[in-house]
Amino acid sequence: MEFELTEDQALLRETTLKFLESTCPITTVRELADNEPRGFDPAWWKQAAELGWTSMLVTEDDGGGSVSGHGLVDLALVAEERGRLVAPGPFAPVNVVAEALSRRGTTGQRRRWLPGLLNGETVAAWCLGAPAAGLDHPGTPVVARRSEGNGLVLDGASQPVEAAAQSELLLVTALGSEGGLVQALVPSDTPGVRLHPARCLDLVRRFAQVTFEGVAVDPEWILDGPGTVASGVEQQLQTTVVLECAELAGALDRVLEMTVAYAFDRYSFGRPLASYQALKHRFADMKMWVEACHATASAAAHAVDADAADAAELTSVAKAYIGERGPVIVQDCVQLHGGIGVTWDHDIHLYLRRVVVNRTQHGTPSDHRERVFRAMDAEVSP
Amino acid sequence: MSAREVVVPAESDGTMEDVESFRLRARSWLADAMPLLPEGMNNHQLSRQDEMGERARYLQRILSGGGFAGLCFPREYGGQGLSRAHQRAFNQESLPYQMPTLFNVPTFSILAATLIEFGTEEQKHRHLPAILRGDELWVQFLSEPSGGSDLAGLVTRATRDGDTFVINGSKIWSSGAFRSDYAMCLARTNSQVPKHRGLTMFIMKIHQPGVEVRQIAMVNGTAEFCQEFFDDVIVPDGDVVGEVDDGWTVASRLLFHERDAVGGGSPYISGVAVAGSGGGAQRSDLVNLAARMGKLGDVRVRQLLAEDRINSRVQNQLVRRISAGIRAGALPPPAGALPRLFAATSTERHLDIALDVAGGSMAVWMDEDSEDANWGEAFLNRQGGSLGGGSSEMARNIISERVLGMPREPAADRDIPFDQVRHN
Repeated sequence: MEFELTEDQALLRETTLKFLESTCPITTVRELADNEPRGFDPAWWKQAAELGWTSMLVTEDDGGGSVSGHGLVDLALVAEERGRLVAPGPFAPVNVVAEALSRRGTTGQRRRWLPGLLNGETVAAWCLGAPAAGLDHPGTPVVARRSEGNGLVLDGASQPVEAAAQSELLLVTALGSEGGLVQALVPSDTPGVRLHPARCLDLVRRFAQVTFEGVAVDPEWILDGPGTVASGVEQQLQTTVVLECAELAGALDRVLEMTVAYAFDRYSFGRPLASYQALKHRFADMKMWVEACHATASAAAHAVDADAADAAELTSVAKAYIGERGPVIVQDCVQLHGGIGVTWDHDIHLYLRRVVVNRTQHGTPSDHRERVFRAMDAEVSP
Repeated sequence: MSAREVVVPAESDGTMEDVESFRLRARSWLADAMPLLPEGMNNHQLSRQDEMGERARYLQRILSGGGFAGLCFPREYGGQGLSRAHQRAFNQESLPYQMPTLFNVPTFSILAATLIEFGTEEQKHRHLPAILRGDELWVQFLSEPSGGSDLAGLVTRATRDGDTFVINGSKIWSSGAFRSDYAMCLARTNSQVPKHRGLTMFIMKIHQPGVEVRQIAMVNGTAEFCQEFFDDVIVPDGDVVGEVDDGWTVASRLLFHERDAVGGGSPYISGVAVAGSGGGAQRSDLVNLAARMGKLGDVRVRQLLAEDRINSRVQNQLVRRISAGIRAGALPPPAGALPRLFAATSTERHLDIALDVAGGSMAVWMDEDSEDANWGEAFLNRQGGSLGGGSSEMARNIISERVLGMPREPAADRDIPFDQVRHN
């Protein structure tokens, strides 16, 4: 949790938590996992959108806005609460696409897609189909050829994309056939777009591989010109990573809280686990790591929100640090729970799933360490 | 105790000079008044060559003359009454210059910080302006040869004799006592009560009859740490800090300031000892090492250098978070042990990474490569940061017991008069 919140931010946090606790407690998450192919209830997503979950990164002119005027900082507060309850829903994908549209879309593009994203009717996904922003793209990239009339034709395959199969709109990042990157807005029912559902460790998040075969894109649906595409993709990555990290921090906080409570309740040899120094010292380390995760997640959110010069580095610092530590912390908490920690009935595995998935998406800790190295190298040898 | 707490504002509060105009003023003053660092040297290396602290005293006098001494100290005691944001701006601006960083720990950040909170007006006016002028270096006389972690079990005695106290015993691990002027010395004034309730904190002049200071040779070749022997040292009762027999209250707060200083959260630290360690825009010493080794293209080494950079960035972020949490009352003051433990463990990791990057030349070197040998010697002292200022194990006890509220370790001396407790 952030320690320095404005009154409005504190209220936002509280409202978010109450909303999640009343509409989507862990028992509901488990039901969605079993019974809901989409992983979330669309009616519930519209309620969440009414609370502003999809509008904080969108300008007021486009119908968005946030309580403090620092949209990403506010949205990260929501992400953190989501992490605490392993909430479902296409949270990062929709926000990233909405932000890209609001910041860099044409009037026509914004009019066509933003209202639906803002009111929760429409879901969108970011389909990163090419090596970009220092991240690899194993396998065939999506390549964009110029067509007659200055449109695009897309061919290739993406890696599994979150919420792709639940989305009406795909923001596709492709490799231009003449070099560089290209971004396009592609309705998912466009002929030639195929969705291949993937399986995912996280029980309520859905991923699908997207393939493109001669997919035609009219010029009016090309997002970004050559001048803004690289920074646009970088922006999308930073926003996604900030939200992932905030969610991770919330999840880790909750797992540690649960495990500390268990250590007080569980007695062996006539004393609580919390009284054993060997375990107390492990809890102390975990407390330090979790606080460090909060600190770095929040620093990244503030830096990206403010468009700070070191936003790229701080985003990667956060992802590398939390991505590396997160699973270590949760696994140690599993260990401290004993056998119950590896059963289906105990909730801790839901968190472990969320943490592992967030660790691996949009760059592993190693990928982000390489980005950090490049940032510091560029700093000293411009 | 909290009534005495002095809170340094995080940001400029309107009564102060605006941070950016302060920054510009500091920038131009520094350029006129302060000597530049010699090429390739940092302030840490410079102060290692300044055994008696003469250079530091000289530099501090210049800062004081220019109105840049004690930025976050109250104005009435010779400080500037500014915020942490001003201090950060000043630290950034001062990177290219020689700075009296020797004063930072323990003089400014631990002892002056404690004196502000517990000293009488007379004591504060007597010492704080002198400290900020560069006239007084201070140390703490806490640990004793018979025990470090169990501080309250100390056995140095202070016996009242009229309006003075007579002190006998020995202290250890005081850094730079041989070049320092004053100490805060914790001694036992009453043995018939449980250990925490019979201690008193004194201001002690170091260079006086009855005090013998011996330097201790350390594994890395330094002799910073000292042991002191007290033989009927006379201290006037006007030099008691806080109340007689309530020295534990003062010592606890001193230890808070120590954790804050070692963890990087103290507002009283001015200037940067090693550029890069604060996540500043300077190439870190480890990157220089890798560059000298021709290893900047090695993927494995790049990962390690990035990890080191990440640890240092996260450490600063954690310091700011925990300070904010303590200020906001969301965390108890002992949470200062969190950044302190982080600093200790990331220093260990920093030196492990150095060992990996430097390879053989850290252990076996030719004369012309002696820069690499510094890393070897630093590695020998790897645990220093996890021992000084309370061990990492004590930090873990503090975090688990006083932040997470877990049961305290059993103690055989709890609530028992000290003279009935078995001790060395």
